[in-house]
Amino acid sequence: MIPEIGVFSLVLALLVALVQGTLPLAGAHWGVAGWVRLARPAALGQFVFAAMAFACLAWSFLDNDFSVLYVASNSHAELPAAYRFAAVWGGHEGSMLLWLCLLTAWALAVALFSRQLPDAYVARVLAVMAWLGVGFLLFLLFLSNPFTRLMPPALEGRDLNPLLQDPGMVVHPPILYMGYVGFSVAFAFAIAALLSGELNAAWARWSRPWTVAAWMFLTLGILLGSAWAYYVLGWGGWWFWDPVENASFMPWLVGTALIHSLAVTEKRGAFRSWTVLLAICTFSLSLLGTFLVRSGVLTSVHAFAVDPGRGLFILAFMVAVVGGSLLLFGWRAPRIGLGGRFSVLSRESLLLANNVVLTVAAMAVLIGTLYPLALDVLAGQKISVGPPYFEAVFVPIMVPAIFLMGVGPVARWKQAPLPELARRLRWALAASGAAALLLPLTLPAGPRGWSALSTFALLLAGWAVASAATHAWQRFRGAPGGWLDRARRQPRGWYGMLVAHAGIGVFIFGATMANGFDSRQELKLQAGESTALAGFAFRFDGVAPVSGPNFDAQRATVRVTRKGEAVATLHPEKRIYRARQMALSQAAIDVGLTRDLFVALGDPAGDEAWTLRIHVKPFMAWIWAGCLLMALGGLLAATDRRYRLDLAARPAAVVGGATATLRPQEGA
Amino acid sequence: MRFKLPFAIFIVLAILLAVGLRRDPKLLPSALIDKPAPTIDLPLLHDSQQVLKVESLRGQVWLLNVWASWCAPCRDELPVLLELAGKDGVRLYGLNYKDKSDAARTWLQRWGNPYLGSAVDSDGRIGIDYGVYGVPETFVIDRAGRIRYKHPGPITAEIWRDRLLPVVRSLQ
Repeated sequence: MIPEIGVFSLVLALLVALVQGTLPLAGAHWGVAGWVRLARPAALGQFVFAAMAFACLAWSFLDNDFSVLYVASNSHAELPAAYRFAAVWGGHEGSMLLWLCLLTAWALAVALFSRQLPDAYVARVLAVMAWLGVGFLLFLLFLSNPFTRLMPPALEGRDLNPLLQDPGMVVHPPILYMGYVGFSVAFAFAIAALLSGELNAAWARWSRPWTVAAWMFLTLGILLGSAWAYYVLGWGGWWFWDPVENASFMPWLVGTALIHSLAVTEKRGAFRSWTVLLAICTFSLSLLGTFLVRSGVLTSVHAFAVDPGRGLFILAFMVAVVGGSLLLFGWRAPRIGLGGRFSVLSRESLLLANNVVLTVAAMAVLIGTLYPLALDVLAGQKISVGPPYFEAVFVPIMVPAIFLMGVGPVARWKQAPLPELARRLRWALAASGAAALLLPLTLPAGPRGWSALSTFALLLAGWAVASAATHAWQRFRGAPGGWLDRARRQPRGWYGMLVAHAGIGVFIFGATMANGFDSRQELKLQAGESTALAGFAFRFDGVAPVSGPNFDAQRATVRVTRKGEAVATLHPEKRIYRARQMALSQAAIDVGLTRDLFVALGDPAGDEAWTLRIHVKPFMAWIWAGCLLMALGGLLAATDRRYRLDLAARPAAVVGGATATLRPQEGA
Repeated sequence: MRFKLPFAIFIVLAILLAVGLRRDPKLLPSALIDKPAPTIDLPLLHDSQQVLKVESLRGQVWLLNVWASWCAPCRDELPVLLELAGKDGVRLYGLNYKDKSDAARTWLQRWGNPYLGSAVDSDGRIGIDYGVYGVPETFVIDRAGRIRYKHPGPITAEIWRDRLLPVVRSLQ
């Protein structure tokens, strides 16, 4: 009964979406106020029905209803309740339903928090989002129905893939999808602006908080995915340039370009066509990612239930959405016009360079990801493109971006004379140079020693942090009312920028140290035997059998000491999940400020002996810290007061493009 | 005009993806199809005085099955191999890959020996020559000593009937 209610809810959601996609759009075009006013209630209705469908599926999982095929394939009666709930998005159909629900949730958020925008504009935005919803609902109802019955019902489910039975995996898809789907808001704003013919600074201002919020979620989602790969897959690595990882990284790169481009469009009215194109491309890359994961065109560790039939639908959907929007762009963009002029060296030109670099980086990743497919189609050859290509191409492209990141905030709008820039940044340059010279002397060198590349990376990391600090220092210094007063008066978005830029420096430092200076050993140890690595002593104390709710495991005890003092006790496990008879090696990691200790259990090697894989990764946690700082920066920027003030004080901006007056701001 | 460029680029990409949908990325054709089978010249498992020579097998269609005692799927396909070996003129030879000979002989004794002879490739060198990247794998070699088909993975009754047997028949 409940699954049928779920299907019915989806049908209702589809009907509402069709209404939401047509009438408000027509109403905005022909000025029919009644139709325009339908948009917000329709968004609410769509959300309610989508949420009901999700609730029905969640109920089926929690209730162990194995007469539903999807539940039987992804759940098990012994699975802990939290994982039974998370199993809703553990497979293809459920994850598509999650996508849809988040889409309707974002649309509802737009409907609720956009009172200050003109109704016609909001109507167009919601209509565009409704059409996206129509596509997904058709896909769900006809090609990926999560509520398909299994008759006769299974006696027991096939269990959730053990790799997914992990807290990180529970949050990773929802947060990641919040990012993917969130960019549909920026996309809808851009399309609505193109449709209405107005692309002034006001549009950029309205779009900004939504775009930054989506960017923040995507950053967190990618972080969670990497962290999961690190501690569940057990290879000690955290990024593999796998097609699906790239599929999430490309929207992030273009999304980063977008949020910076929006700043220029808002402040100076420039880059308008750039910004619109970036908004379209970011969401298109999200859709492309969805296509790549589910169609089977690329081999990947992430491949869902691949099915070329589904792939064809998603491709057709993509052609309609992306092709349609690019066609609209090609038609309307020439009329957008240019914004304020700026000189060769100015904040605008630096941000333009930033746009270009990030776009080129995203294209390089796209080429690398699709190259195997292209070669297979064009020449029939099979090839795989992996880290050697990506590292060789991506890192050099990003170097100028990191450098520009430090210069941009101190450059003036319209014209930034070089001597002034040099003067403002000389301390930052000195500090980063000093860091690059001194840190190699103080930090542990690892087995391979310091290379020019690592030193240069340290220089960049130091530059990112030092330039942000210098900029803050200059802003605070010599102000009336003192230091603290001046600090309190800065807009939250400015702090967001500082934190995010510093976060990148922290990330680069962590990645350089963890990748370049990690020590590893793979060896066979008898119970009681010890081994030494990077100054730590690892003593293997043997293995004992344990049982979990749905698995049986061999649990090892490894005691780690340094110079005789106990540092940590680690318990790597080798689990066999009963339902699928699938073995999983659960690594044990001791996270520290300056290093991660990583121990994974291999295979038994005779009586009382096991192979162990041990890594010591310096500053590994700084990678996560850097990403968290970036996300925090995004959060600060998205919740800046001037976006929220609009809700209370401002009258609705007039349709016809009058730029809403901005409070005089200090930079940022 | 430059505003129409993104659309044009996207259409090219979409066509590429559409064609790509028809290909299977997991299909990895062997680079050695239609090439002469590399020399083996390794001693047999059950008689180290004898050597498996590709040249001496000219004039007949034969299969080379790469296996090892530590390989679980090999155990799964063994009943199928026992069933098809010797029937309909199918000549099955084995390549004992990266294995210890004692363990290999015990394995065959315990579970059954479908092979006319198994060459011992303890360091895997000949496996490299054949492009072996997993165990088990099966090669079909024709009368002229050329590799005509490679099947990676274990052989089931269906795979034998639908894929390998037609190839063997066409060569005989």
